[in-house]
Amino acid sequence: MENIVIIGNGIAGVTAARHIRKLSDKRIIIISAETDYFFSRTALMYVYMGHMKFEHIQPYENWFWEKNGIELVRGYVTQVDTPNKQVLVDGSRAFHYDKLIIATGSKPNKFGWPGQDLHGVQGLYSKQDLDLLEINAPNKEACKRAVIVGGGLIGIELAEMLRSRDIPVTFLVRETSFWNGVLPEGESQLINEHIREHHIDLQLATNLVEIIPDENGKVKAVTTDKGDTIACDMVGLTAGVTPNIDFLKASGIELGRGVKVNRYLETNVADVYAIGDCAEQHEAIGNRRPIEAVWYTGRMMGETVAQTICGNRIEYRPGHWFNSAKFLDIEYQTYGWVFGERGKKEFEQHFHWRDDKENLCVTIAFHKETKLFLGINTFGIRMRHEIFDRWLTEQRDVEYVMEHLADANFDPEFYADYEHKIVSKFNSDFGKSIKSKKKSIKRIFQIS
Amino acid sequence: MSTYDRSMALTGQPPVMLSRNQKIATLVGMFGLAVILLAAFNINFPNKSLWLTISLVSIIGGAVWYSWDAYMHKAPGIKNDGVWFKSLSNQGFWGWIAGIALTGFYIILYFYPEYLGLVAKGDNKGVIGLFDPLSKALSGNPASQWFVYGTLYTVAILAFGIKFLWKYRHNRYERIRTFSVMFFQTAFAFIIPELMARLNGSSLLNGGSLPYYDLKNMWPLNYYNFEGYRIKGFLSSGDIGFAMLIFGIATIFIISPILTYKFGKRWYCSWVCGCGGLAETAGDPFRHLSDKTVKAWNIERWVIHSVVVFVTLMTTAVIYSYLGNDTSKYWLTKSSFLIGVAVLLTTVFAWVMLFKREQFKKDAIYGAIGYFVIIIALIGFHFYSGDGNVFLFKSGTLRKSYSFLIGSIFSGVIGTGFYPVLGNRVWCRFGCPMAAILGFQQRLFSKFRITTNGGQCISCGNCSTYCEMGIDVRAYAQKGENIVRSSCVGCGICSAVCPRGVLKLENGPLKGRIDSNQVLLGNDVDLMKLVNQK
Repeated sequence: MENIVIIGNGIAGVTAARHIRKLSDKRIIIISAETDYFFSRTALMYVYMGHMKFEHIQPYENWFWEKNGIELVRGYVTQVDTPNKQVLVDGSRAFHYDKLIIATGSKPNKFGWPGQDLHGVQGLYSKQDLDLLEINAPNKEACKRAVIVGGGLIGIELAEMLRSRDIPVTFLVRETSFWNGVLPEGESQLINEHIREHHIDLQLATNLVEIIPDENGKVKAVTTDKGDTIACDMVGLTAGVTPNIDFLKASGIELGRGVKVNRYLETNVADVYAIGDCAEQHEAIGNRRPIEAVWYTGRMMGETVAQTICGNRIEYRPGHWFNSAKFLDIEYQTYGWVFGERGKKEFEQHFHWRDDKENLCVTIAFHKETKLFLGINTFGIRMRHEIFDRWLTEQRDVEYVMEHLADANFDPEFYADYEHKIVSKFNSDFGKSIKSKKKSIKRIFQIS
Repeated sequence: MSTYDRSMALTGQPPVMLSRNQKIATLVGMFGLAVILLAAFNINFPNKSLWLTISLVSIIGGAVWYSWDAYMHKAPGIKNDGVWFKSLSNQGFWGWIAGIALTGFYIILYFYPEYLGLVAKGDNKGVIGLFDPLSKALSGNPASQWFVYGTLYTVAILAFGIKFLWKYRHNRYERIRTFSVMFFQTAFAFIIPELMARLNGSSLLNGGSLPYYDLKNMWPLNYYNFEGYRIKGFLSSGDIGFAMLIFGIATIFIISPILTYKFGKRWYCSWVCGCGGLAETAGDPFRHLSDKTVKAWNIERWVIHSVVVFVTLMTTAVIYSYLGNDTSKYWLTKSSFLIGVAVLLTTVFAWVMLFKREQFKKDAIYGAIGYFVIIIALIGFHFYSGDGNVFLFKSGTLRKSYSFLIGSIFSGVIGTGFYPVLGNRVWCRFGCPMAAILGFQQRLFSKFRITTNGGQCISCGNCSTYCEMGIDVRAYAQKGENIVRSSCVGCGICSAVCPRGVLKLENGPLKGRIDSNQVLLGNDVDLMKLVNQK
């Protein structure tokens, strides 16, 4: 019986394990230094906020693993010995593998800021980071102000977390507007305003210069390139993540920023695979980045590699791009590709609508000439994944999308609908006279 | 597991401490309760109408003021910060205290109403005496312990309903649903039956008197609806009485199946029902305490379906006991009634086994066991029953044990008393035979489902945690599967708390309702075809 060893018990590794188990009776061993059981990393914030206890963010009950014959090992892999096909845990225990899957995820970026390793300075990625946050910022008395450095998804989550305990937050964002490397201008603007509605001191176009310690080596203040000194008890470093692969340096496995893999998720060493945040494609797939640190892609790679390992060698071929997030109270979903100013293609044209009262907006990207629908960003309005996936596959044009927008709405029942407002803005922007069709159950569920 | 439990503070972390307004609001509400408590110790208030008004207004006012301060200064959105840090809502000290107090109240209410001041002959004293003026104003009769309970119940649904409306003010589904339960409780459960009592003896009812009837309450939730004294009451009250009896039968056999087919059982359980109404309003702060384990689910299915068997047998026995044998006196006799019940059950059972086998799988065995227990018991009724006896014991005994075990202990003492310990839907989930029957229809014959939005689930667990019925919603959502569960009451909170817009309650076509494909998890179609192969 083959030994499948998986390093990392995140969504990628666990999905791989589950699917290998569905397809075979191979021996499966998952090694993790972080926690005993798989948990949803994206839900760590809710534990700090008191929405859930840590046990609630574990998607499977503890008996699940033994019942399904998935062995869990708690320990840190210190060495991967590819010639002898074994991994060494904590420098002592050795595990033989026939197939090895590396799914070790990421670690927070640190860009060499002075003081970045002081007490009270931390990232937010792991369970250990969550525990550390309970020490660094348990309440507003112990943490009179927190400074967050880096305006991405984790930064805004951390800000929301700290605000849930009434801790004053200063949010330093390098860009001129929040996450505008990804989001188009209007959307980024909406989020800027929403961040400030939540009494977060958002400082745009501002960089961290130095983190200043007190006499005990604990953070006391930070200085910015605007010349300000901000007193604080905690600094959150949330300027993106990097693959967590330092332990592989001597293994002979080809590394770039991540573990280099081909489209089959194979590394340069036979029987060694890498999936999830830590895998780096030799060449980016479509508009995707070579390293995709996203929950959904980790899951897809896990499913794919399970097929390969169980004898059905198959390429990683992700379908249409989608993603989602929540910025404080505003939900965000995206289907297809909508780029911010930086990444925008020359043929890409945008239609933007924002509600005049509520925190809602939609941006639709389409091809300038052919009017082909390229993608949608939606804020505060839920959209149906299946519908956009279908429209992207069917290569619908933007006018078709406008006409049938009601079919895509996924808001709860009785919610106000905004299709008329959106379509009339589109008509006035582009001199069209599209009439939006009523929502049709028949079209949505494709019943004739 | 986590590190936040280091403080010994009963209220948890600082941000969940009370504001000054909330402290005053608590004082006001507690004052209202104190008036009732003092009345319970036989303090005789001079002007009962005035003091009762003061008390009820203080309770509602305090609760509403408290919620205003809790929610209205914050942006609309999900308000679950610190839920698991507060000892009242995390099964901590105050949670247990609240549980014990509520349980104690129910025990006194059901079994020792004289402690509340009930006097069989003569004027009521104590708490019940305090409520006499209101009862007389509505129905013309003095109050009973049930009137006191009904009033407080309605007050709770209204006060905490307002709280819920503010808490979910961004969510129109939740708001409309809450208006609905507030309306049905106030009008149908509280005011209409009291006013109907005024008609008793009038010429409109041909001089008859109707039994107390909350029209939205259907058998088997009101397990007593077809008992002899009620049937006599209905039949003595002319056309109106007869119409109400027919309505009572139609609700369970015609109206509810149609509505459940169209909308799922939510039309009743979280929009109309009084038990659901209290759970969704006063019980909302405890919804996350329901047990989500597979073990709890197994227990749930055994217990709730046993209650269905119990209530079916009990009702059959009770009706059987007062029917006669002579067809010339009344068309329905003991034998024809038993045959009728057997035919009905056999039809349902055969229909499910023939057409819905696929969706039933191993549960079919349990269904079959339940069915055969009832059928054999019916045969037993027929052969072994004498006058006044059903089967081997008196029908009255069966009825009394149901009323004690299920009607009082389960639905009241445990069902509501244990809100802060086991969650707010203990009764609905483990005990309510009505929920089981509607759930059966919902699972097998309804357009309702919770649609999972393709591959957007991040397995965070908010949906499962905040499901009051203890459904592990995430287990389905993370696989891209729709959620079709008999216990789902359609409260919509899983959809509300989902941070990624994954869940939507909707009524759609029957085809593809349960086994949705997993294509949208994000990989290309070929791979997902492989994964979908089972």
